[in-house]
Amino acid sequence: MGALLDGFATALTVVNLGWCLVGVTLGTAIGILPGIGPALTIALLLPVTAHLDPTGAFIMFAGLYYGAMYGSSTTSILLNTPGETGSIITAIEGNLMARQGRGAAALATAAIGSFVAGTIGTVLLTVLAPLVVKLALKFGPAEYFALMVVAFTTVSGLLGTSRLRGMISLFLGLAIGLVGTDALTGQARFTLGILQLLDGIDITVVAVGLFAVGEALYVASRPELRSAQVIPIKGSLWMTKEEWARSWKPWVRGSFLGFPFGALPAGGTEIPTFLSYFLEKKMSKRPEEFGKGAIEGVAGPEAANNSAVAGVLVPLLTLGLPTSATAAILLAAFQQYGLQPGPLLFTSNSALVWGLIASLYLGNIALLLLNLPLVGMWVRLLAIPTPLLYGGILVFATLGVYSYNQSVFDLGLLFIFGIVGYLMRRFDFPVAPAIIGMILGPLAEQNFRRALSITQGDYTVFFTHPISATLLAIAALIIVAPFLLRLRQRRLASS
Amino acid sequence: MNATTLRKLATAVVLSAGLTTASGALAVDNLRIIAPANPGGGWDQTARAMQEVMQSAGIVKSATVENVGGAGGTIGLAQLADKEKGKPNVLMVNGLVMVGAILTNQSAVTLEQTTPIARLTGEYEVVVVPASSDIQNLSQLVEKLKADTGAVAWGGGSAGGTDHILAGLIAQAAGADATKINYVPFSGGGEALAAILGGHVTAGISGLGEWIGQIEAGELRALAISSPERLEGVDIPTLKEQGVDVELANWRAVVAAPGISDAQKQELAAAVDAMVKSDGWKKVLSDKGWMDLYMPGDAFAKYLADENARVSAILKTLGLVS
Repeated sequence: MGALLDGFATALTVVNLGWCLVGVTLGTAIGILPGIGPALTIALLLPVTAHLDPTGAFIMFAGLYYGAMYGSSTTSILLNTPGETGSIITAIEGNLMARQGRGAAALATAAIGSFVAGTIGTVLLTVLAPLVVKLALKFGPAEYFALMVVAFTTVSGLLGTSRLRGMISLFLGLAIGLVGTDALTGQARFTLGILQLLDGIDITVVAVGLFAVGEALYVASRPELRSAQVIPIKGSLWMTKEEWARSWKPWVRGSFLGFPFGALPAGGTEIPTFLSYFLEKKMSKRPEEFGKGAIEGVAGPEAANNSAVAGVLVPLLTLGLPTSATAAILLAAFQQYGLQPGPLLFTSNSALVWGLIASLYLGNIALLLLNLPLVGMWVRLLAIPTPLLYGGILVFATLGVYSYNQSVFDLGLLFIFGIVGYLMRRFDFPVAPAIIGMILGPLAEQNFRRALSITQGDYTVFFTHPISATLLAIAALIIVAPFLLRLRQRRLASS
Repeated sequence: MNATTLRKLATAVVLSAGLTTASGALAVDNLRIIAPANPGGGWDQTARAMQEVMQSAGIVKSATVENVGGAGGTIGLAQLADKEKGKPNVLMVNGLVMVGAILTNQSAVTLEQTTPIARLTGEYEVVVVPASSDIQNLSQLVEKLKADTGAVAWGGGSAGGTDHILAGLIAQAAGADATKINYVPFSGGGEALAAILGGHVTAGISGLGEWIGQIEAGELRALAISSPERLEGVDIPTLKEQGVDVELANWRAVVAAPGISDAQKQELAAAVDAMVKSDGWKKVLSDKGWMDLYMPGDAFAKYLADENARVSAILKTLGLVS
């Protein structure tokens, strides 16, 4: 605790607070641009920050990381255009809320949820880091595979009105995920002899294509949407009492769900958002509202992805283990300052580590202070005439994807997926399952094959490892339980 | 070629390159450095470090970095051989990984269609086991490998990459059947490290810099390093001194476009030589923890050809290239 207070002393200088604000502002701006993520931004900023002292630089990076996550949810909610994969789920309910005139409430629940989750996540990081990391290391390929199976079962909550269409969308995503060099054998799959496809198709390109470009094309194709009146803001600009009541539990649940996933070496920020959405739908008293703009579906996943961000720092700070692109860049930043990341960092550079943790708390507060007042301004984005707004989205989507890899090939892919996204909307196929399939498919496959490779082909590994067996049992329960419940109800009714 | 001849050759080339610098004015005005990878990785960092040092030391008037990423660098390579052909002001960063990628991706363009300039930096690989492992030294690991090659699960980076190549070379040199090695690729050193620390694989291979922290903290036991001799300040025995006759450096180098004249090649080589000798470059090396493996001119061209032969042989054995 004393160390943390010292950390605050390090972080709480006027100059450092200034860097924190710069980071949050920059991060929010970047998060809003589809395609440009926090990893790329920090990479580009590294040379600039080389002249800063390490504490100042890390405080800025922390603000940037949180800002980017939040900025991305803003566009998800308002424009159905996620800037990061972690906020794809937010787009589903959040955009529906915006269309009903509750965009401001959705933005507010996302901002406050991010704050709550960021704070809970940072507290967990402060107290639990050494414990969590031990648990995270118990996850080998077999355990990851079982975890992916659990994540797959939650797709059922996102299939939309028609199971068949939802499944087709999921399998489309799985197929896209297969393109590229097979990670385990180095052989090319479905690359059609095209060199650029060897690295696979970037999830950002697909997500921006299916969501942003698809949405823009769809709006353009519909005369009634093109001329749509500006959606009036219904009720108070802020969250109503009821919305508060419906939000706070998902915030907390999402926070506790996201953190351990961030801490897992192959966890990521996306999977906890799927799980959170599913969980909230199951726990809601009004599950029928999901798919029509349920605030729980924004509050939970938003909290989950922000808390995962804090979780990512657990393996980075305790083991020197970078588990995401952003963490890898942060690691490079550590090295730039001559710090040896790894298990000794906490002891050898404790002032800096605690300064970084303290700056996470500050980054969170700065984020809230910056974004809550801006909610009113952001919703006014929707007042821009639709053709101009979507024209702008197309420009930003194109810019964002191009700046990601500076590849014209990616632009071609972007518009191909844009057309696919348009067709999916036109024929009422949900888009989210495709993205989930693309994220989970390769992870599930690789870990399944790794597990079998390690055991030299022994399939029982999934059932003999206790964590893996438990997770598979949970997955089985999620699938079977609804049937059993229905059976019991029928029996009760008949007797 | 033995090490002494190599060194002599290198010295000769360095001297001649140095003479060129002294005599001619700097003809490379606007140098373009292609990093055949996306921003952030080792090749990109090398290109950006070169840019900064060359500009601030006044070796070139201006230098720009262009990222042409993808497919293990073969997309950048294709661009160098095609669009940049004959251009005297283009350098491209490459490395051992590209040698492998050209083979596994069946790239139409190979490094023979470039003009080799110099090897710059490199890193040696370490073989580790988790601290909790009952394997205490390399010979115990080799014993295990010989008894049942498949039972040793190696964790490391991508399939066909440096880590995989070293696993294959070790098995071969140890007298085990390299076609049967059980190499489990992970997407990056971080994930591989987690699998090793968690005891999910038997042993792991990665660049020394990536794992030195865990080794010093006693969480990983380093069994061997792939350098020719022990490194200063690093208490890890080499593979060679433990009877496994393998050395491997994960090197990074620069090449120029094909179709340039000898004089143009000398100019680029002189610029690179001046950069390597500058204080700025020395600072970069120490800041980033890169090892100086500078090898210019013909010695490098020969080295490149040798590495190509060695890598393609082992990748064939490993079944990655038919």
